Amino acid sequence: MEEITLQQVIFGIVALMMMVCSVLAVTSGKILRAATALLFVLFGTSVFYFILGYTYLGAVQLSVYAGGIVVLYVFSILLTRSDKNMNERIPRGRWFAALATTVAGFVLVAFLLLGHGFADTVIPALEELNPGTVGEALIGTGKYQFVLPFEGVSVLLLACMIGAIMIARKH
Amino acid sequence: MEQSFLDYYSLEPVTRWIHDTLCGVMPEGWAVFLEGLVLGVVILLAYAVLAVVLIYMERRVCGAFQCRIGPNRVGGKGGLLQVPADVLKILTKEIIRLKNSDHLLYELAPYLVILASVISFSCLPWHKGAGVLDMEVGILFVLAASSIGILGILLAGWSSNSKYTIIGAVRSGAMLVSYELSLGITVLTVVILSGTMSISGIVESQADGWNIFKGHIITLVAFVIYLISGNAEANRGPFDLAEAEQELTAGYHTEYSGMHFGFFYLAEYLNLFITSGIAATLFLGGWMPLHVAGLDGFNAVMDYIPGIVWFLGKTFFVVFLLMWIRWTYPRLRIDQVLNLEWKYLMPLSLLLMLIMVVLKVYGLVF
Repeated sequence: MEEITLQQVIFGIVALMMMVCSVLAVTSGKILRAATALLFVLFGTSVFYFILGYTYLGAVQLSVYAGGIVVLYVFSILLTRSDKNMNERIPRGRWFAALATTVAGFVLVAFLLLGHGFADTVIPALEELNPGTVGEALIGTGKYQFVLPFEGVSVLLLACMIGAIMIARKH
Repeated sequence: MEQSFLDYYSLEPVTRWIHDTLCGVMPEGWAVFLEGLVLGVVILLAYAVLAVVLIYMERRVCGAFQCRIGPNRVGGKGGLLQVPADVLKILTKEIIRLKNSDHLLYELAPYLVILASVISFSCLPWHKGAGVLDMEVGILFVLAASSIGILGILLAGWSSNSKYTIIGAVRSGAMLVSYELSLGITVLTVVILSGTMSISGIVESQADGWNIFKGHIITLVAFVIYLISGNAEANRGPFDLAEAEQELTAGYHTEYSGMHFGFFYLAEYLNLFITSGIAATLFLGGWMPLHVAGLDGFNAVMDYIPGIVWFLGKTFFVVFLLMWIRWTYPRLRIDQVLNLEWKYLMPLSLLLMLIMVVLKVYGLVF
């Protein structure tokens, strides 16, 4: 048997934490607890990026998801009435639909994993990707460079901001 | 410029020797784990000791600005044992549990605040070769990690189940989210000037002059904006909404007692230190000694002062500036706080960044 490296141990701990928190995020009756569980899932994702050496992606994951999206969620929960418990009885039909969706999702993921197999070296050595490379890939026009999607997303974001201002101005 | 002085006090050979020795007696994974454990304990110890030092300094500085003496009874003439005695007192206080509140989130919230603060604390460049968390994206990581603290504040306010805390939390949260913008943009200005996001890289790029001198007037204005928004990020006066007793009691931490409140208090002082440390790194050269072009003898003397003395000296200088501001200006109302950010500081910092890009592209900076 191969020796277990430190990275694998960390991967195992974080993966376990993410699984528990993912389940908590959908089963918790209180919406703010669900948001907090989601926060820890997102932390775990960023730890994975750091283990892989994608520090730029990891830091962006932390600031955009943990510091941005979840803060937005919590803010909107705080500003609305949300103290009622959401563990309602689920109708039988919806229960079966949820089960079918879960099984279908699991089969799809299992099919993808088994079809492609794991790479031999699952976790590479801690090599950091230079953020300059990421930046050039984002705004370059050559092969494997992504200026068009980047610009598309920027226009979408601009449209969202203008829309938010328009909605807020009506009153 | 002569760079050999940079290696004179470098800790890198020492850390490398420790790592190699440990690797000789155990597998590398265990060695890294052990080093991480020891470093974690050292960081937490430094965190606690610095908090005590900062609280003592705050009380003395506050006393001086208000024309009174400050603590002077406990532990001899200077009142040196006052803060350690307070620490013992707060450790023995009861931690209350509220009825009708969400206990899990109520107890989690202070830890989120302190987690954000400790992670950003470990990114500071103490000395050459002594940066604990040093990555290519260092400064972005600091900004990302410090934004976790906002969540702790929001959760604290909500889970205490009181009107004062929830209003305090929403106000503090709105302020922190807003001031993160101008903070991030001024940091970006320096990143553009230095050409790197790595904290050690930013310090080394200032070997031929600190950023505050290199960027003409631009970095000076950016430094002032950084200090204002950094002060707001640390929740300190004139942005200390949490302390507005007349309207909010004690803001988001009204319902906390004992060491839970202690965590918020600790995080406030250490966020002050982190803000100042990052300011010293970005604008005042981190552990780089002061050099004046042409005065070779003076420069040589400066080189013999170790990096950590420079770093702590600059950081405590900025800490003093921030305390001076705190005890001089009256507190802002929440609408004034948000107006200042969105109508003045953010447009101004965007403009500064734009000018810095133009200067850098045309090679007009030193």
